[in-house]
Amino acid sequence: MSFSVPSSLEAELDELTTHYPVKRSASLMFLHALQEHFGYISKEAMEWTAAKLELQPINVFELVTFYPMFRQEPLGKTHIKVCRTLSCALQGSAELREQFCNRLGLDSHAHTAQTTPDGKFTVEFVECLASCGTAPVVLVNESLHQTVSPAAAEEILRKGNLA
Amino acid sequence: MSAPAIPAPAPAAPAPPPVETLTVKVNGKTLQVPKTHPDWQGKPQPTTMLQAARCGGVDIPHYCYHDKLPIAGNCRMCLVEFGTLMMDPATRKPILNEDGTPKISKSVLPYEPGTPRGAISCATPISPGMEIYADSPATKQMRESVLESLLINHPLDCTICDQAGECKLQEYSVEHGQAGSHFVEAKVHKPKAVDLGPRIVLDDERCILCTRCIRFTKDIAGDDALGIVNRGSYNTISAFQTGKFDNNYTLNTVDLCPVGALTSKDFRFKMRVWFLKETKSLCTGCGTGCNITVGSREGIIHRYEPRENDAVNGPWMCDTGRLNYKWIGRPDRLTEVRVNGQKVTWATAVKDIGSRLIRASSGSVALIASARQTTEELFLLKSLATRLGAVTDSVPREGEADHLLVNADRNPNTNGTRLTGIAFTEAGMQLPLIAAGIEAGTIRTLIVFGEDVTKHGIGPELLAKLEMLVVSDILPNATTAVATHLLPGASHAEKRGTFISVKGRLQKLTKAVESPGDARAEWEFLHELVHDVTGRNGFTSIEGLFNLMARETPAFAGLEWANIGDKGVDVKI
Amino acid sequence: MAEQFKLITKHLDEPGFSPDIECYLRHGGYAALRKAVASPSRELADGKKLSPQEVLREDVKASGLRGRGGAGFSAGLKWSFVDRRSGKPIYLICNADESEPGTFKDRQIIHRDPHQLIEGMILSCWANDVKLAYIYIRGEMPEGARLLNVALKEVRSKGFLGKNILGTGYDLEIHVHRGAGAYICGEETGLIESLEGKRAYPRIKPPYFPAILGLYMCPTIVNNVETLCHVTHIVNMGAAEYAKLGTPNNTGTRIVSLSGDINRPGYYEIEVGKVTLGQLIHDSNFGGGLKPGRSLKAIIPGGSSSKVLKAGEVFKLNRKGPDGQMSKVDVPVLDLPYDFDSLQQAGTMSGSSAVIVLDDSRSMVVTLGNLSEFYAHESCGQCTPCREGALWLAKATHRLTHGEGRKEDTSYLAHIAQNIQGRTICAFGEAAAWPVLSFVKKFKDEFDAQGAADEAARANGIPPTHRPSPVVTLNLH
Ligand SMILES: Cc1cc2nc3c(=O)[nH]c(=O)nc-3n(C[C@H](O)[C@H](O)[C@H](O)COP(=O)(O)O)c2cc1C
Ligand code: SF4
Ligand code: SF4
Ligand code: SF4
Ligand code: FES
Ligand code: FES
Repeated sequence: MSFSVPSSLEAELDELTTHYPVKRSASLMFLHALQEHFGYISKEAMEWTAAKLELQPINVFELVTFYPMFRQEPLGKTHIKVCRTLSCALQGSAELREQFCNRLGLDSHAHTAQTTPDGKFTVEFVECLASCGTAPVVLVNESLHQTVSPAAAEEILRKGNLA
Repeated sequence: MSAPAIPAPAPAAPAPPPVETLTVKVNGKTLQVPKTHPDWQGKPQPTTMLQAARCGGVDIPHYCYHDKLPIAGNCRMCLVEFGTLMMDPATRKPILNEDGTPKISKSVLPYEPGTPRGAISCATPISPGMEIYADSPATKQMRESVLESLLINHPLDCTICDQAGECKLQEYSVEHGQAGSHFVEAKVHKPKAVDLGPRIVLDDERCILCTRCIRFTKDIAGDDALGIVNRGSYNTISAFQTGKFDNNYTLNTVDLCPVGALTSKDFRFKMRVWFLKETKSLCTGCGTGCNITVGSREGIIHRYEPRENDAVNGPWMCDTGRLNYKWIGRPDRLTEVRVNGQKVTWATAVKDIGSRLIRASSGSVALIASARQTTEELFLLKSLATRLGAVTDSVPREGEADHLLVNADRNPNTNGTRLTGIAFTEAGMQLPLIAAGIEAGTIRTLIVFGEDVTKHGIGPELLAKLEMLVVSDILPNATTAVATHLLPGASHAEKRGTFISVKGRLQKLTKAVESPGDARAEWEFLHELVHDVTGRNGFTSIEGLFNLMARETPAFAGLEWANIGDKGVDVKI
Repeated sequence: MAEQFKLITKHLDEPGFSPDIECYLRHGGYAALRKAVASPSRELADGKKLSPQEVLREDVKASGLRGRGGAGFSAGLKWSFVDRRSGKPIYLICNADESEPGTFKDRQIIHRDPHQLIEGMILSCWANDVKLAYIYIRGEMPEGARLLNVALKEVRSKGFLGKNILGTGYDLEIHVHRGAGAYICGEETGLIESLEGKRAYPRIKPPYFPAILGLYMCPTIVNNVETLCHVTHIVNMGAAEYAKLGTPNNTGTRIVSLSGDINRPGYYEIEVGKVTLGQLIHDSNFGGGLKPGRSLKAIIPGGSSSKVLKAGEVFKLNRKGPDGQMSKVDVPVLDLPYDFDSLQQAGTMSGSSAVIVLDDSRSMVVTLGNLSEFYAHESCGQCTPCREGALWLAKATHRLTHGEGRKEDTSYLAHIAQNIQGRTICAFGEAAAWPVLSFVKKFKDEFDAQGAADEAARANGIPPTHRPSPVVTLNLH
């Protein structure tokens, strides 16, 4: 399958590029948009971005591997990011993640993001989400869930199964 | 490499403008150091603590810093404790001690005033009155701890590492390290033997992430091909795709790498560097005349490395030039002196050629000499040609130039051919005339040094018409095959002499290895031949020969062999 | 009873208050901008004349406003360092990367009152002749980025942003730029690199001071979200009135993020220095005290990077007596006024004003393990001491939380941390080292006991135990 970016998305990105006096600055915004569209950032997407921004592919590869939000492989439809950091840990975020993993048959000791074989869920630990006052917090795709109880976690799973 | 405190004025040059200086103290010694130093691009920038220390003969250990690369400041090896003048905020004048000396405030952590704070000497400019404590206990402790950090995830495989002997990690650990590491955790593992490009292999576990290689290829070679992937302790040097680090300067990263992370596929595992004999020489790949060091052992050349010369190549050379040494050791080298196919002694051959040349009528001899011969050889050939009334020329060799070093002129000594009068402004102009002369039977003797003339319009059928074809070369070719007199010559690594670069830099070659078999430096047998034919003498040594040439060649006026340093001199071209 | 003082957070939780511009305008929004651009120039005593922009710059200095992002540096002073003679454009960046563990104040402003930030930004840009500015918002706040973009569209349509703002001839554009999950993007030079489309590698200083060589090597101002919001209020109130808020040298208000083992976690705005740590934790207006039956063990007072305070500690603070004389006074930890200077004198910092409270059920060893993992994950890896040291610390604390401790680990940890602080390119080095140094110093017994217990267990052939999160009560086999 050859890599192609829809023209509407390309137009959007071209507009974004005008926000900066130096094209390279648009890199992160490009990668966000491409990841949103394709679900992950392929080598082709990096090469495409590099060509658009007059960079070398390594310049983009450096970013994809540095910024934890960027993915090089497709993830589950429902992406559950559980905050690992102190305030959330104090309110049981480790147990919360364990609950997600156990219910989805994922390894709760694994360190990296894990995706269910059916591609429905990805569960991972992330660092402080800047919502420590409502710990434990979970970012499900783009929406923040606060003071997540075990019951609320079940609800997240239920919704994800319907998605 | 340490810069003199005040650069010595060049001999004949007009008096340089006075150098503005600052007074600083390095390890207790008061020094006057220039206010500025050239940065990696040669632009004057405020002198750094590291440069100031060098002025005082103190070399502060460093990894990421390199004179010819943009400053990164990431390794922290060059951290030093320092002090600055204590200033009176009201008068903005230094506060003095009872004895009139200025009070110094030592740098401390703002949040822990009892603990010294270091600054990276590679990037911190000096200020008047600054004191640099390059060897204080606090400085040593900082250095030790940086070394400890660099070593915790470093494999302990110096015994099998190519860099052993040239490794700054090994060297500094011995000089500045502590006895044992405290580290008891598991090491980070990273890729080993990564195929970065056709000539480079990377061991990421040995890499200390100084980014010298990245900066070189981006800012010097102009090929932004390398980067760091992953994050934190897992940072790893990488190209976008393995095998794609392929510009004509990649091997410089091997020289730059302070550890054994980047290795040359060509030199990998060949041998321990301390077995290599190092000889100062020149690359002959093009007219740039990059200065090199020839690494050889027992008469065999194992590598070329660039030798720093700011007037020519800086610290770099191109990959093509660097790898262009293998032909020197080729088994089919010409090693026998032959006359009409018979192996003879040098004496016999030179005598025979001399007696025939003396008898040759004026105008019946032509001479084609390569712009790969040394200036001295060209000078001798020209003397011969003048005596014989011979038409002379050399063969142009053009390629593409690049933005950094490689010159379009692929001959190393085109200016030598011009200044000695072997070739005219445009080399090769006479070749058709020579061909026509042979065709017409007016030219009956051809002397060829270092070129296969069959490739330049004088084919075998023409050569067959000659009465005598004297050929000196290093490797066999279609011209040597039909020589009546075949004289095995020496490669540039096997002799002494000079080349003149396209920019007019006259530079010396030194002999690194012996020539194989009977092969001999051309100037040695040429000197005998010239003596036999012209009766001239007085240049049995390269020094004498050069000095004679200098006296007789206007462009070299005033030059003497003894005065040409390792980095050459500029001549008027 | 200590009270909140709601300046920035005034409308945040008001029923019916929405992030749209009409609501903001109904609440007096953009009046400060109108006022500032219409203000006259000011003649000084020495006859020097200040332009309206210079007046605002002077006012910000006079207000005593200190940065709310972490370092507490005077905002007015920072602006005065900007190289205005270079001929290069001056950029302003709003640091909305909010990633310091424990901190969640900027999030509230962005999500509930984005125009307050934008007005503060426009004012700050105007005062500094900035024509192009960015809001660098952390990647994990997509909703915040969306709200800001909507808000920017609104202000453009109202003529507060874009060409010829309010007919003054002043042009300004502001764009939202999203990060992608790296804490180090909060460090201002890392942020600048990230905004340039690179890995967020902090720059060496010298020579790359943002005020001189910042974004695109041009003079650049980086200010925190909350800092920029205060500029609006300084204009509205006048610098002198503003400076009366808070305490001398610690003026204005601050939003404190409270989390951890307290009954009422949340954000609370206080006059700086007018509320003590104890009040923040125990007052029913604030933290509302600890869980029943629990007692205080430790306080992380200024975000995870600040040095921990131990319950019962007493500090010697410089205090000005009624006679104007300075003297040293004993101040128990809970009586520390929550401000920049007092916490600094107590050997720690107010940092991002995030207070994390730990009660006596917590293991300090496991707590440190959690924090060290954060720093190991977030080190950019550029400079040796932090790249190698941060992971080293995490590995060492991991051993201690997995039953593989050693008696010497207390000094081992201190050794590693000592070799990071003060030797790195950016202050992340301190951020990673300080928790360690303060934990092992103040809770040495706990660390020693853990190591000793693990050694004893190993000697007796008992397999190592994993202590997964700080929720677990300290358990020495
Ligand atoms: C490791 C590190 C992380 C930081 N993170 C943030 C952050 O998330 N938000 C912030 O406003 N400032 C952060 N800062 C402080 C900034 O470098 C900078 O000082 C601040 O944005 C300046 O704004 P202010 O003067 O208004 O406080 C961080 C500093 C360091 C060293
Ligand atoms: S490979 Fe060598 S030169 Fe490149 S970063 Fe690593 S240690 Fe430095
Ligand atoms: S640039 Fe020319 S002289 Fe220099 S190394 Fe390359 S080929 Fe040799
Ligand atoms: S201190 Fe840490 S975060 Fe800062 S530059 Fe160095 S490695 Fe990066
Ligand atoms: S610690 Fe989880 S949001 Fe801050
Ligand atoms: S030499 Fe690396 S920091 Fe100075």
